[in-house]
Amino acid sequence: MKIAVCVKEVPDATAHKRIDPGTKRLDRSGEGALNAFDANAVEEALRLKAATGDGEVVVVSMGPERALNSLRKALAMGADRAVLVCDEGAAGSDLLATSRVLAKALDREQPDLVLFGQQSSDSDGAVLWAAVAERLRRPVISQVAELTLDGGSLTGKRQTEFGYDVIRAPLPAVVAVADSINEPRYPSLKGIMGAKSKPQETLSLADLGVEASSVGAEGSRTEVLGLSDPPPRGDTRKIEDDGSAADQIVAFLTEKRLI
Amino acid sequence: MLSKAASLGAGDVTGVIVGSGVEGLAAQAATYGAATVYVADDSSLEAPLPQPRIDAVAQLVADKGIETVLFGQSILAADIASGLAARLDAGLNWQLTDLTSDGGNLIGRQSALGDSVLVDVGWTSTPRIGLFRAGAFDPTEQPAAGTVETFEVQLQEHSLAAEMVEQAHAEESGPSIEDADVIVAGGRGLGEPEKFALVEDLARALGGAVAATRAVVDAGWYPYSAQVGQTGKSVSPALYVACGISGAIQHKVGMQSSKTIVAINKDPNAPIFEFADLGVVGDLHQILPKLTAALQARKS
Repeated sequence: MKIAVCVKEVPDATAHKRIDPGTKRLDRSGEGALNAFDANAVEEALRLKAATGDGEVVVVSMGPERALNSLRKALAMGADRAVLVCDEGAAGSDLLATSRVLAKALDREQPDLVLFGQQSSDSDGAVLWAAVAERLRRPVISQVAELTLDGGSLTGKRQTEFGYDVIRAPLPAVVAVADSINEPRYPSLKGIMGAKSKPQETLSLADLGVEASSVGAEGSRTEVLGLSDPPPRGDTRKIEDDGSAADQIVAFLTEKRLI
Repeated sequence: MLSKAASLGAGDVTGVIVGSGVEGLAAQAATYGAATVYVADDSSLEAPLPQPRIDAVAQLVADKGIETVLFGQSILAADIASGLAARLDAGLNWQLTDLTSDGGNLIGRQSALGDSVLVDVGWTSTPRIGLFRAGAFDPTEQPAAGTVETFEVQLQEHSLAAEMVEQAHAEESGPSIEDADVIVAGGRGLGEPEKFALVEDLARALGGAVAATRAVVDAGWYPYSAQVGQTGKSVSPALYVACGISGAIQHKVGMQSSKTIVAINKDPNAPIFEFADLGVVGDLHQILPKLTAALQARKS
């Protein structure tokens, strides 16, 4: 059983996130961290590996060289190997271009199962897996809150707006896990020490046979035209309850003609 | 989406309906601005799985020369839009709240980085694909109804690989939150599941529906059908009363288009106070019973 987990380095949660007005890209100059939602996918891969008794968990990412620091967190959790596609030509890739690169990297790995986390915490994106699955021509199940493997197939309990769907798909397959699926482990000290010596491979676009013109800004089909501040949401009033809050709410609702 | 697309005046609007037993919806869709509504009605399309729908829309885009494909955001729609982007080599923009046409060139408005910045986004080629937040636009009925045509979908092998074993059904209890004018929502701050009674009592006094955050639904305090947020429903009532809800972005995206928001939370630094019209810092266990009583007294 070979499981690939697609992960991403994002700005650290404590950093103030901003889009650089010059490049119109997310400012990634500050501290980076493994996207927290990806830790759920890594955890699930490790759980499945333990359940099946053998296998390999490889984390796959695209990003600048420093993203290796974030990939090492996945290795410290217990993943076996890391692959980072790192190429200047890939900078500025949109969803379409990113899915092209990841699909090529996954093609090279030929995993039985590809896992994604629920979303990226920087772009609020929650779509990449479906584009990757389409390129790999594999079945995809997203928002999976419970995952079981059964020989050559998997069953996912998918969280929807209406409740849970239960969906079965043959392997190889692509699955995006919901963050409710598990509680990611903290890397142990031994895990952190051992992570440095685990295989960490850096690949260029050429290594993957990806045309530079099909990725990066040139290979993207979307563009950022401008940035602006969101309009203030009218007057926001904040009061502290001194025992009269209920009456003040009634007065407010009356003033707004809501009651 | 249909009404918005029609209002752009940037070409004919086509509606697409894919499913099983959905032909009845087509006539309705046609009244909101679609010149043509294409319907693929087939039992193999019954389960709400994304990949057969990618086949259906991709086929229509190719056959009819469609330049722009717009979706109202949902878990299913996001997967369809993303797969479609890869299939058609098309650009996808998401978290859009508006769309304008500048001489036929479409510009989307994206709310990004936890709604801290608005980004104008474009597409550098066609087809363009956009995912719009629920409640971004109001439907307007159009005088002339469009025509309805059916089409057959050729499904790809990998699109048929996943199968629905058991499909979720909406649990119906009380008024549906999507249609409600008033919503009272409860979160972790209630402290324990029994305290949802405070929320229900207030909802009853206001004639509204009850909603819940993902955290309390996951904890089993309240059913899924009531969940508002990124992985739940998106609502835009006239009044949203948030009780014990911190206002994390995952919840915010599902309710921020509410016209008036009242928030009660004991943490003065809760993010919900940044976008609530009226924020009340206090103990909801004290405030909610008093508020319900005051509203009842007012009615009688």
